[in-house]
Amino acid sequence: MKSTFSIVSEDNPGVLMRIANLIYRRGYNIESLSVGRTDVPGLSRFTVIIEGEEGAYEQIRKQLTKLIEVVEVRDLTREGPFVERWLSLVKVMAPVERRPHILQTAEIFRCRVVDLGSDAITLEVTGDRGKVEACMEALKPYGILETAGSGQVALSRAGFGD
Amino acid sequence: MAKMNGAQMVVKALEDEGVSTVFGIPGGTVIHLYDALYDSKINHILMRHEQAASHAADGYARASGRPGVCIATSGPGATNLVTGIATANLDSVPMVAITGQVATTMIGTDAFQEADIVGASLPLVKHSFQLHSPDAVQSTIHKAFYIASTGRPGPVLVDVPADVQKGMGDYKYSTQLDFMGYHPENLYDVSQLDAAVSLIEHAERPVIFAGGGVIRSGASELLTEFALKYEIPVATTLLGKGGFPESHPSGLSLGMAGMHGHPVANRALMAADVVIAIGSRFSDRTTGKRQSFAADAKIIHIDLDAAEIDKAIETDVWLVGDASRVLEALMAAIRKKIADHSEWNRELAEIRIKEPMPRGEIEGEIAPWQVLETLRGLTGGSAVVTTEVGQNQMWTAQHFNFEAPRRFLTSGGLGTMGFGFPAAIGAAYACPEQPVICIAGDGSLMMNIQEFDTCARYNIPVKVVLLNNACLGNVRQWQQLFYDCRYSNTIYTRNPDFVRLSEAMGVPAFAVSRPEELTRALERLLAEPGPALLDVRIPQGALVLPMVYPGDSIDHMVSSIG
Repeated sequence: MKSTFSIVSEDNPGVLMRIANLIYRRGYNIESLSVGRTDVPGLSRFTVIIEGEEGAYEQIRKQLTKLIEVVEVRDLTREGPFVERWLSLVKVMAPVERRPHILQTAEIFRCRVVDLGSDAITLEVTGDRGKVEACMEALKPYGILETAGSGQVALSRAGFGD
Repeated sequence: MAKMNGAQMVVKALEDEGVSTVFGIPGGTVIHLYDALYDSKINHILMRHEQAASHAADGYARASGRPGVCIATSGPGATNLVTGIATANLDSVPMVAITGQVATTMIGTDAFQEADIVGASLPLVKHSFQLHSPDAVQSTIHKAFYIASTGRPGPVLVDVPADVQKGMGDYKYSTQLDFMGYHPENLYDVSQLDAAVSLIEHAERPVIFAGGGVIRSGASELLTEFALKYEIPVATTLLGKGGFPESHPSGLSLGMAGMHGHPVANRALMAADVVIAIGSRFSDRTTGKRQSFAADAKIIHIDLDAAEIDKAIETDVWLVGDASRVLEALMAAIRKKIADHSEWNRELAEIRIKEPMPRGEIEGEIAPWQVLETLRGLTGGSAVVTTEVGQNQMWTAQHFNFEAPRRFLTSGGLGTMGFGFPAAIGAAYACPEQPVICIAGDGSLMMNIQEFDTCARYNIPVKVVLLNNACLGNVRQWQQLFYDCRYSNTIYTRNPDFVRLSEAMGVPAFAVSRPEELTRALERLLAEPGPALLDVRIPQGALVLPMVYPGDSIDHMVSSIG
């Protein structure tokens, strides 16, 4: 089982360590982790996919809430609908004769070309996990040189009330 | 505002927090701090080992309810505190540990005596700080004390680099806090109060199960009032001992429950229809086999820490909040007449007679329970008693009744051998008017025995009652019962002469081995004006009974062997 946690914390040195350490100490795995500033100065948002046993997530949420610098913990998977995005940069072998095919594939996945060299092209693909993985699969035959991923970022959906 | 250096600010900030006694050892990166202490009214107790300093601070805190403070230098000094920090963390003890650190410009260079103590202690603290400027000293120390002592208490580490101690700045006292995510005053949710009230009103066989949270909260009197008013019997955890008077004339005290608990306490929990657990985290040593613990009962769990609810035991009703506050709310909400519990209490009284705590005599030798009952009789319940960990601890829990909170200090969660003796030193400073006794085993006493010297230097009147069986008795017991008597590395083929060892460090000591001399020996020990040791020889084969075997339900108690 997996769950996406959204954690807002004070942007202090060591906070990442405290959060990661707590998750490890309680016997869970981190599958994906991304950290970034929020619109509020001094606050960061961690998006963490935690792998663990069903039923353990409420415990991990409560334990995370106890960290002094943590301001808010939400279990997005259990709270209701949320939007998620993954961003990957994919560097693909792209000799001139194959470039049109690669660009066609990129087009299908709405990738952006962010760099071009003599025999390689770097694409940016953004979307939910399934789309990013599918794009990667589609590009594989051309020869992927290297990739870098953001991990998941997520926010709960605003909704329209009842 | 006054100009001073960072070290002076640390000392001033400690004074402003009301600290009167600290325990520590100086070293390279805290010379500045100790220079500042030289001018302070704070009483610094120079220990012989940093681990002992941390336990002394812990003992001070447990006995007084105020945060204990320990100081160590960077590197090995700091890492030596870690066991004490972990001990305090698992037992929710307020503590502020101050460590020296290499200069900020040297951090990360593997400098002399550099250790990442913030990193090393991370999973073992409630919170930690590393200072980077003298200007932040006061506010950080204030936050450290606030965090340590509010909410669920715990240890806070403040790492102070040498250059921060030397740096100059303005000292400004402020109690302002700017936590965005720490609001212990909000830890209160009694939305299920009605359900709790209804369960209690209709309960026919209710049991209160009191843990350390009752003592941390100062809720003992309220709990006693609650129990007496509704005639609900009280079982406790190890750390809950003293939360309810154990010799109360009402007969409502069932004693400690758990692996080595009193038979009637275990039976009551297993037969109960409602268990009101207050400030307990349902440790595995208390619950035995979790699936069958109080299986027929509805469990009402009262705890300040919401994360404890449903962590170990699934509850039917929970109330989150400080034990005193929740008990007040509960008592205000119970209006109806409560079901009559006299039949239930009679049943329990019969069990108590039928299944007493085993007290076997050993021909010509001293049985451990005799030591504890005699000592309890001689001190009349006024003493503060610390224990080491192992058989000595369990015998004390079984055979020494406590009538008030903060009189029984023991390492429960972490089970730290070497805790009891230095903790007694801390307790002696917290409670100068009360006799302070450490019940020790020979295995654990040796783990911090160097502190006899500290007792002698400061004339700290700690009385050590050593239950000497020349072995690591608790493990030996497990080996006897579960490992076919294969005593792998638990028997000391030779032990030091504890009397001479103690005397060599300036503490009077004597030994006793004959039952008929026991009372006089204990009287003589208690009559010593300063520190003293009584080496009580007990048989190696003495067991802690009853015992619930690991993995068994707590009503499967073994009361005799062979």
